[in-house]
Amino acid sequence: MKVAAVTAKYTTLVVASIVTLLPLGLILFGSFKTNQEFLSTNPFQPPADWFNVDNYVLAFTKGGMALAFFNTALIFVAAIAGTILIGAATAYALDRFRFKGRTIVLLLFLLATLVPGVTTQVATFQIINGLGLYGSRWALILLFMGTDIVSIYIFLQFMRSIPRSLDEAAMIEGAGHLRIFFQIILPNLRPAIATVVIIKGIGIYNEFFLPYLYLNDPDKLPISTALFAFKGPYGSQWEAICACVVITIIPILVLFLFLQRYIYNGFTQGATK
Amino acid sequence: MTSAPTGLGPMIAAASEPDVARPTRTPGGAGRRSAWYRRLTPYLFLLVPVGLLLLLTYTPVVNMFWYSVTDWDGLDKHKAFVGLDNYVEVFTDPDNLRVFYVSLYYVVGSLVQMALALYFATILSFKVRFKNMWKGILFFPYLINGVAIGLIFLNFLKPGGGLDTVLMKTGLESLVHQWTGDPDIANYSLAAVSVWRYTGLTFVMFLGAIQSINSEIYEAAALDGANRWHEFWSIILPSIRPIVGLAFILGISGSLSVFEIPFVMTNGANGTETFVIRTVWMAFQRNTVGLASAMAVVLLVFVLLVTWIQRRLVPEEEVDLT
Repeated sequence: MKVAAVTAKYTTLVVASIVTLLPLGLILFGSFKTNQEFLSTNPFQPPADWFNVDNYVLAFTKGGMALAFFNTALIFVAAIAGTILIGAATAYALDRFRFKGRTIVLLLFLLATLVPGVTTQVATFQIINGLGLYGSRWALILLFMGTDIVSIYIFLQFMRSIPRSLDEAAMIEGAGHLRIFFQIILPNLRPAIATVVIIKGIGIYNEFFLPYLYLNDPDKLPISTALFAFKGPYGSQWEAICACVVITIIPILVLFLFLQRYIYNGFTQGATK
Repeated sequence: MTSAPTGLGPMIAAASEPDVARPTRTPGGAGRRSAWYRRLTPYLFLLVPVGLLLLLTYTPVVNMFWYSVTDWDGLDKHKAFVGLDNYVEVFTDPDNLRVFYVSLYYVVGSLVQMALALYFATILSFKVRFKNMWKGILFFPYLINGVAIGLIFLNFLKPGGGLDTVLMKTGLESLVHQWTGDPDIANYSLAAVSVWRYTGLTFVMFLGAIQSINSEIYEAAALDGANRWHEFWSIILPSIRPIVGLAFILGISGSLSVFEIPFVMTNGANGTETFVIRTVWMAFQRNTVGLASAMAVVLLVFVLLVTWIQRRLVPEEEVDLT
């Protein structure tokens, strides 16, 4: 009885792992095959030449993957800097001050969490367009940093654990609020900043809907839309698409292997707080 | 099926604190100017965050309601008021009604996803070899971007692809189908891909909740002779009920707003058009912004309704993982 239960447990784990890894493995196999080979061999047959990197070369030269990584990095750096400043400033004002309208501001942020972003894009588009930002990376940067309530939560929660005595000590020494914010609050928020950088970073890296709606210039496309655009002209060259997919997954895989614990914590926090 | 934020605990806790000024220490030589400045400080810090919140979240919501009662095409300066015509069209045009029906596949998918996540979270919360490896494998799909997942499964499900090969090799040729091409099963395939993508997140949420259960409870139960099955029903499930409720509402609102996977894999063809695909098409291809806004308002109301019902059933303050 006991043995049967243990066997069942490991069998289900192995089956689930195969279901998870098989589609990924076949993409990896495909990415090293030649066009001929891809069409004539079955998907489970390993590539004849594991060092055939033609598809990867094609992905970088014709698919513009390098440019796409650069565009993603550009958007990421600007959006993340903005998110951190906005989140920390909001948390600082709401946690350290009592002022008229504080409850209203809290309620505004509270209500905003209930509005899923995808539902309002029809109207958000008109605003971005009205600002003259359609087709600009700034549209994405603005949306990434201006609509991220989860990060504000994480900062607000963490802000409570920073002792007020630190602010007060600095104030006695004559520091202004701006200096307290930059020299005391921000450095002490480091763990929260790390969490936000990880979740937000993965979110921006994977975001497809916003760049698809707001960017039209092929030279500005980030990873996800570049991958989508590649599928058009190379739709019949699946081995090249496979290589492109592998290229987009590798950075995430490396990040995951090194930062596992932070990623689990970050996402459970992001989803439940 | 998404990771939308819904936990409001800290906000509510913060909102319930009274807005009274606590005695503040004024630094030496504080004159009238600095008192005035101090009162202004929080507003200066909130200027940009609240400005962006109003501009990018609240203005669109208000505008959306306004657009939804006009015949606006997105370009014209003039917007003619048409009353509830757009809403009538949302609920009478069979093509529009179909998207509600399509989301049911994903709702069922999210229930399957929760069951799988609950099972794996439970068995991995007990002693298992290579625990971290299993956890990592199950979670990893959640980190892959939606376009890549769409392409991975187009490759896996295409005729003669991975799945067909497995079926042929195991003598199940009769099960081979046009997985994404046959309108009768395309939605099942796409919902299954969604399950593949999101089970990991639900699983990690459940696992975190189960691991935070006080181990003394298990020990007490073991003394009473409880087996694993009893433990699951009388300790684990009741303890993580709030997280299960949260996963349920994330699943429902995610099912209503599915976009990437059907968009990449079928572009809404073969009867797989979802709410968001249709709304985007209406707004940006067909230039019926008024009608698209009505669709979006209906979706927003649905999501708010589900959230409200879930809040009524599971009190907020019970949701706590740490």
